[in-house]
Amino acid sequence: MSFATKQGNLLLDRISLTLAEGTITAVLGRSGSGKTTLLRTINRMIEPTSGDICVHGANIQDSSVIGLRRRTGYVIQETGLFPHFNVERNVGLVLEAQGSPRERRIRRSHVLLTEVGLDPASFAKRFPHQLSGGQRQRVGLARALAAEPSILLMDEPFGALDPLTRAEMQDMLRYLLHGLSGPAKKTVVLVTHDLDEALYLADRIVLLEAGKLVTNLAPAEFLVSSQPEVVTYIRAFHRSEKGDAVQK
Amino acid sequence: MRSEFLSQYGGEIATLTIEHLWLTGAAMLFATAIAVPLGIWLTRSPQWAKPLITVANILQTIPSLALFGFLLPIPWLGDRAARIAILALTAYALLPILRNTYAGIRGIEPSITEVARALGLTDSQLLFKVQLPLAAPFILAGLRTATVTCVGIATIAAAVGAGGLGELIFRGVASVDNRLVLAGAIPAALLALAADASLGLIERKFRTPRQ
Repeated sequence: MSFATKQGNLLLDRISLTLAEGTITAVLGRSGSGKTTLLRTINRMIEPTSGDICVHGANIQDSSVIGLRRRTGYVIQETGLFPHFNVERNVGLVLEAQGSPRERRIRRSHVLLTEVGLDPASFAKRFPHQLSGGQRQRVGLARALAAEPSILLMDEPFGALDPLTRAEMQDMLRYLLHGLSGPAKKTVVLVTHDLDEALYLADRIVLLEAGKLVTNLAPAEFLVSSQPEVVTYIRAFHRSEKGDAVQK
Repeated sequence: MRSEFLSQYGGEIATLTIEHLWLTGAAMLFATAIAVPLGIWLTRSPQWAKPLITVANILQTIPSLALFGFLLPIPWLGDRAARIAILALTAYALLPILRNTYAGIRGIEPSITEVARALGLTDSQLLFKVQLPLAAPFILAGLRTATVTCVGIATIAAAVGAGGLGELIFRGVASVDNRLVLAGAIPAALLALAADASLGLIERKFRTPRQ
């Protein structure tokens, strides 16, 4: 699958990738390498210029775009919480859009808030501006899970958080995703800059460079890969551990 | 003396105030019905925003008395002065509503619109659940400016015989009777203030909760 802008810039160059059901795939790469573009083709926020994307063997072009997006959870760095809705309504919005009864939406949003570590009794009625960055991300995640999607797309979800909160969120996400079983299990695509996050959470690590897929490996293989792009990425990330920063 | 004046003109002031309200209200209704959908459409076709807002801007710059005069010879319109007044007032009210609707929706943080689409909201759900509620304070601010402007300009409508409180003002000027001028000007000013205050209250109610 490829994607080029109207101006002819090739942002994704013949990407071929298969994601196993129920696995977490981290997409790494420098800024502008096409990570977010790749993610956005999966819920048709961007249409590929050539090639196809299939989910469970069915081409996503053949299903309605609205239905596809409702079946695909989406979390971004800025959370995109609706400032005029309280937490409960934010979480239940996809269900509301689907026409679910209010009672069911509220019940579901309370269950999800508990799952992401927020007490519904004290958080359900709050507005996004009354939450910390970490709490907002938890609500964003709960919202993405509300319609029980089988696919979860996450675009640098913890990128704007401090290291401690980020670690808590990673623990919570890992616990949450690993706790799911059977049909509830999610296929997750996680775009991140953070190699440690990828190693901690993902079953596969994909590295993109200038729109091309460089590698697709399990975390253990990624760390010992001799591919120059992978070596450069790992070295850049773990510079200080080798004492390079101190020597300078 | 004051009570004598009021007993003489009280009924007329009340009738003209209702006329004034009718002219302004009808114009605001038309202007809102045109400018809000047009503003929404412009956010979907932004290439038209500049030309259309420029046209509304030009309409705004035409002196009101001249605009009433221009419309007078037009056949169907000229038959009834109220039609001219309502059309002219509608034209004046367009710009603030159009500009604020457009700017209000365009000003919504892109990540919010992006997420709404990514969550699978349809175009109309995006509009009614996200864009209009978030842009509501801006749209209402536009309505507020337009209403206050219209209440003021509607006093000129009396020049073409459309009635309203301007009639007392014009009569007062012609007969050099300040009491008559004030009998028209004070209720007009009060109407403008009342409209401003009540729309301000509604606007505050729609303001997005923030820190």
